Amino acid sequence: MQNRHFDVAVIGGGIVGTAVVRELSRYTLRSVLIEKEAEVGWGTTKANSGIVHAGFHDKPGTNKAKYCVPGNALYPALCQELDVNFRQNGIFMVARTDEEAELLHTYLEQGRENGVPGIRLVNAEEAVALEPNLTKDTKAALDAPSGGVVAPFELATALMENAEDNGAELLTETRVEDIAWDGTSFTIQTNRGSVTASHIINAAGLFADRIAAMVDDTSFSIVPRKGEEYLMDKAMGDIVERTIFPVPTGWTKGVLVIPTVDGNLMIGPTGETIERRDDMATTAEGFAQVYQNVKTLVEGIDPSKVIAPFAGIRAASDRGDFVIEPSSVCPAMIHAAGMESPGLTAAPAIALDVVRMLQDQVALTKKPDFRPRRRPVVRFHQLSREEQAGLIEQDARYGRIVCRCETVTEAEVIDAVKRGGRTIDGIKFRVRAGAGRCQGGFCMPLVMKILSRELGIPMQEVSKRGGETYQLKAAAKQFLTVEEAVQ
Amino acid sequence: MKTIKTDIAVIGGGPAGLAAALAAKEQGAALVTILERNEELGGILQQCIHHGFGLHRYSQELTGPEYAQRFIDEVETSDIDVHLETMVLEITQDRVVYAMNAKDGMMRIEAGAVVLGMGCRERTRGALRIPGHRPAGVLTAGAAQRFVNIDGYIPGKEAVILGSGDIGLIMARRFTLEGAQVNAVVEIMPYAAGLTRNVVQCLDDFGIPLKLRSTVVHIHGQERLEGVTIAEVDDSWNPVAGTEQYVPCDTLLLSVGLIPENELSLQAGVEMDAVTGGPLVDHRMMTTVAGVFACGNVLHVHDVVDYVSEEAEVAGSAASAWLQSEKTQVPDVTVKAGEGVRYVLPQSIDSRGEAKLFLRVTQPQENVVLDIGGLFQLKQRVVRPSEMIQVKLSRKILEKLDSNAITISVAQEVKAVG
Repeated sequence: MQNRHFDVAVIGGGIVGTAVVRELSRYTLRSVLIEKEAEVGWGTTKANSGIVHAGFHDKPGTNKAKYCVPGNALYPALCQELDVNFRQNGIFMVARTDEEAELLHTYLEQGRENGVPGIRLVNAEEAVALEPNLTKDTKAALDAPSGGVVAPFELATALMENAEDNGAELLTETRVEDIAWDGTSFTIQTNRGSVTASHIINAAGLFADRIAAMVDDTSFSIVPRKGEEYLMDKAMGDIVERTIFPVPTGWTKGVLVIPTVDGNLMIGPTGETIERRDDMATTAEGFAQVYQNVKTLVEGIDPSKVIAPFAGIRAASDRGDFVIEPSSVCPAMIHAAGMESPGLTAAPAIALDVVRMLQDQVALTKKPDFRPRRRPVVRFHQLSREEQAGLIEQDARYGRIVCRCETVTEAEVIDAVKRGGRTIDGIKFRVRAGAGRCQGGFCMPLVMKILSRELGIPMQEVSKRGGETYQLKAAAKQFLTVEEAVQ
Repeated sequence: MKTIKTDIAVIGGGPAGLAAALAAKEQGAALVTILERNEELGGILQQCIHHGFGLHRYSQELTGPEYAQRFIDEVETSDIDVHLETMVLEITQDRVVYAMNAKDGMMRIEAGAVVLGMGCRERTRGALRIPGHRPAGVLTAGAAQRFVNIDGYIPGKEAVILGSGDIGLIMARRFTLEGAQVNAVVEIMPYAAGLTRNVVQCLDDFGIPLKLRSTVVHIHGQERLEGVTIAEVDDSWNPVAGTEQYVPCDTLLLSVGLIPENELSLQAGVEMDAVTGGPLVDHRMMTTVAGVFACGNVLHVHDVVDYVSEEAEVAGSAASAWLQSEKTQVPDVTVKAGEGVRYVLPQSIDSRGEAKLFLRVTQPQENVVLDIGGLFQLKQRVVRPSEMIQVKLSRKILEKLDSNAITISVAQEVKAVG
């Protein structure tokens, strides 16, 4: 990679970075995305709740309000183009007291001002008729039918894949260590050598303030805020149809009940300001808080059905709002930072605006041959028996199930490797092998074998998620002396 | 899509499925089909290369693969139809089984009767919600067993094992024999979950400490596991502040319970027992769906494979008999777990025949009696939750029954005075 020059370097492969690089790939630009992890979508994006917000939470005049509703509106077409699962399941903000019911009017007005389509109040009777598992305390609800759910990692992966199909480049396991600006271009020093770029899009999430500081821009700082989420078995998946929000009491949107796009139920998140940007530990207190809260919203959530607790860190800014602007110190660097909810929803709209900001600085030409569609993804478990039978006839690898919990075939795993999956988690997030109730207990060895074979690496070098996350330390008997082994 | 007709479809070719298929055949079923997801028969026994199998059935100490092979040899010399690398996707209430493999593609199998023998899966870290980070090196004991015994890799060099289930105990010994260090086996209960003989042979003989009434309260390490914090627990299983202790390790093995894998059973509409996690069955091992039978670890988690074989033989031959006459042996007596008993199987029996009950107690006790619905009592020197108890009810005893329910309970032995 030494000394290569790019027109634009996007730093950070989260949902914002990948949305931006995909937007850039529409133009005749040499663009690159630089990501420190083994795959894109691996930081905050991976731990996102997956909600495409309607946009009634945010105060008019903020960047959050500015990008949320337009971002939401872009989702259906974007997900169709990229063949990404998206379900417009709607959002209910549920009032459990008369006081909260009063507050719903404020959010209704705010939603109308922000342009949220179809937003309305429903009384307790109608709310419970539409969502029969809401608790008896339900007083009223705010109904926002434009809300949806998506798998954030899948979307980031799809955006990157499509950007690459259109000529963008991706550098993974590449950590930016320093940036120098000589008045016309940046030299970006990484752990794997340096590249130069005329423009930088700073989408570095939790580390965006450090990237900004590399060009002496200290106009914002990141205030990391941890959120714990608890993913539950699909047996819980249809307890609600809509995503259920409480009426916010503090500065977060509260603890939610989320029917995920993949058919699971997810409860969370917590919101805790933390010191370290790598503190993604889950806690007993976190679960207790989540469970206590969701119990007051929805009946029948069974805590024994949790299959995967996890935590992520919101890369919020000290401004309390998104930072979407050219750097005041060095305008060739454009910030797309300070992301927290509704960042996932806003990302497609932010990407458009970032490209517009770039156009203010440099003339961009559209590629005549831009291909907006991603090669379709086969999701075996979603097909009819006849369609499944047809696939197996075409390709016997569809006849071998790798992941029994999620019905994922060998052909799908191989395809995920072809599309850039390099790790056990990468396969899990792409095709859900290992994402089910046994959490890879049965399929991890099979997935590792496929990765080993397809990538031409030994089993011991197959990692969970890059770095030193190897699952196997050695071949059997390697820890024994010759005498012990003979015995 | 291929359509296949069979008399008995056996879901799973592990110890339960093998014995059920053979028994069904022996009972006169013409067409018996085993559907097995792995590339060979034998199920989880194939990775259990330690000995100790077959003591009850053969009065011999066999390894897992040896035990399985006895059944596999019999199946191979019979005309039982075996489909390997075949995944069952769905079982319907009217006993249509959708299964697929690379060779035959999608199959629609119309079965006269179905025997469920899918076994169980291991409880995971996620299900326990163990707090902390999510590094590599945290895996279930069974997955580790497969890596070592089948694939030929050792996951780590320094391990802690959470839970004292049998697989965890066996893996403590396996890791030690492989030259890895096992720093502790940590068990939340005041007694081991696995068999006493495994505690002795796998821990005591190797000087591996068993820490009872303790659990893992934090997992450390961003990339590979670096250590765990363990702590003692109180009577409600909550960690006791001040007892935390950091134990370095690169591997955490989980042996914290097995869960019968009943997703297919639920699809077929089979009703479950909340305690066993398996189907409700009668003395024929028939579930609440007519013609659907269950046996082995999909029904309830067993301690000893010999009992799986025995139970599966009941299921297999009953399935075959049911096919010949649906009216045979309808149950008329409910069996209930009373004081000190965690569960009893089957949940209903036929008072006009004989019956065998399988039960587990709630806690270890010495010198107790098992009261069998007031019909008779069985003295037990020691009872443990880890050891399944079998009780035979002869025709003669059942004739004495004058109620439509039997409750099994544990009572302190009362010494006769004078």
